[in-house]
Amino acid sequence: MANYILKRLWQALICLIGISVIIFFLSHLSGDPVLLMASPEATQEDIEELRRTLGLDKPLYVQYWVFISGVVQGDFGQSIKWSKPCIDVWLSRFPNTLLLGSAAMAFSLIVGILTGVLSAVKVGGWFDKFGKIFALMGQSLPVFWVGLMLILIFSVNLGWLPTSGHGSWKHLIMPAFTLGWYFTAATTRLSRSAMLDVLDSEYIKMARVKGLPEYLVIMKHAFRNALIPIITLAALNLIMLLNGTVITEVVFNWEGIGRLVVDAIFARDYPLVQCCVLIASMLFIATNLFVDILYAYIDPRIHYH
Amino acid sequence: MEHILTALPWARRLTQVRQILRHVPVVSVLILLVFIVFGIFGNYFMPHEATKAHFGDVLTPPMWQEGGSAEYILGTDHLGRDILSRIIGGATISLEVGFIVIFFAGALGVVVALLSGYLGGRIDAVLMRITDMFLSMPFLMIAIVLAAVLGASTKNIIIVLVTLGWAGYARVLRGEVLRIKERDFVLLARVARCSKTRIMLRHIFPNIVNTLVVLGTLQLGQVIIAESSLSFLGLGVPPPAPAWGSMVGDGRDLIFSAWWVSFFPGMAILFVVMSTNLLGDWLRIRLDPKFRQL
Repeated sequence: MANYILKRLWQALICLIGISVIIFFLSHLSGDPVLLMASPEATQEDIEELRRTLGLDKPLYVQYWVFISGVVQGDFGQSIKWSKPCIDVWLSRFPNTLLLGSAAMAFSLIVGILTGVLSAVKVGGWFDKFGKIFALMGQSLPVFWVGLMLILIFSVNLGWLPTSGHGSWKHLIMPAFTLGWYFTAATTRLSRSAMLDVLDSEYIKMARVKGLPEYLVIMKHAFRNALIPIITLAALNLIMLLNGTVITEVVFNWEGIGRLVVDAIFARDYPLVQCCVLIASMLFIATNLFVDILYAYIDPRIHYH
Repeated sequence: MEHILTALPWARRLTQVRQILRHVPVVSVLILLVFIVFGIFGNYFMPHEATKAHFGDVLTPPMWQEGGSAEYILGTDHLGRDILSRIIGGATISLEVGFIVIFFAGALGVVVALLSGYLGGRIDAVLMRITDMFLSMPFLMIAIVLAAVLGASTKNIIIVLVTLGWAGYARVLRGEVLRIKERDFVLLARVARCSKTRIMLRHIFPNIVNTLVVLGTLQLGQVIIAESSLSFLGLGVPPPAPAWGSMVGDGRDLIFSAWWVSFFPGMAILFVVMSTNLLGDWLRIRLDPKFRQL
């Protein structure tokens, strides 16, 4: 067990280092930031001076080393556009993304589990059919289009909800629905198959033989056991959600990490791009690691080599 | 009577074909056929030129709405370009990007899976760490960065999506290779002193083709959505090419006045992606009984 954890930690670390190298070199290929930062009347010498003070005259591997030793200490460098530490900019936007992600998550869990469980209870029934179509649509629709159509219906035609921005719960409804729909599909499918597995087991038959009312069998005996895989998926989905907010945030002008990345790219603010993408990868790798270790802990049958 | 029929070779063949085609999602196949025909021969179906602006007919509504005309069935955009023609033209782009990306990402994934799964050892460790790395990157963010670095063009969008797409194939197919390489026919091939390359290509590869086809079909829709998302952000296929994603993007600021500009291209994406998903699910059940549980 300890060996397995060490091995997974080591793998995760290598993975992170690799990603940091890729992100670093990518963002350095995206153009010369000095030319953007320097004022229009700057002379060639001023530009060289600026380059020296930023450390951009050194070879790339030296720059990478400086960057990565900063990251280890929690310093992701200075944002060019905002002229303050990247991590501060990130921190100021993250709560918004977290709010949007959590709302979308809540939506996808409630709708997904409900449809999944009800579909499993009556396979081929009305709910099963609805669930299938809803899930299929969620996976087939481009997020940006769903967002626009919601704006068209609820803001332009009905005038019920604001088109963009944030502040009240009304601002949250459309972005959360847009983002959550895609993830509802996976939750529905998983809840359905987990429920079907459990309903087929001996202890459910036993509970029925005992003469328990059907709703108790479903809620108390079946659903609780089916929850385990659903919760695991939810943990991974939450990170995917947080990393997948880009398009939704752009469509609804939501001031979160996703829009920050897009703005930073168009402004060639490469330290900020690096910071956001690296943190997103870290979150993803850490969650994966956590889930894997948790699995090994819960299920001793899992042997890893 | 029936057994006489099945005794005939062609009749048996027919029954087999009928067996294979059972429960085939007819509507999906039809939609995909239309998509492919438009993608290849789109020029013959377009009522207007896809990129030609008609400044006299800017933002004409669809023909059934007040002010619409039969000239432009689905209306025109802010430059007076015919939406229907652009949707037909957009099929070419989605088809091209979709199939090229699936082909190269799949090929790269197969090579990595074969090398990693069959050779094992250090090669496996290194290749799988690289695969993990690509699977842990935030897909859309990296795609946006990469697209911005390379610049907006159809070729670059293909490079971006292949670079970020192969790892999924490698991961799943490697599992298949690990399973197959323990089978008797592979051991016998080794006894017969087949070379490693031959075993990988002639004995293992044919056995992972089914999974590859299923993955590829399910991925096609995701590739089309990824391409249109990048085009929507202005980082994909550059204007004036009629990519569906950028058409929706064009309509974004017009949503208050001209809903049809972004509505119809989105419907096109929905139909095509939904069909590939349905077809992929059907293929999965058809070709790979192991997946039936999912």
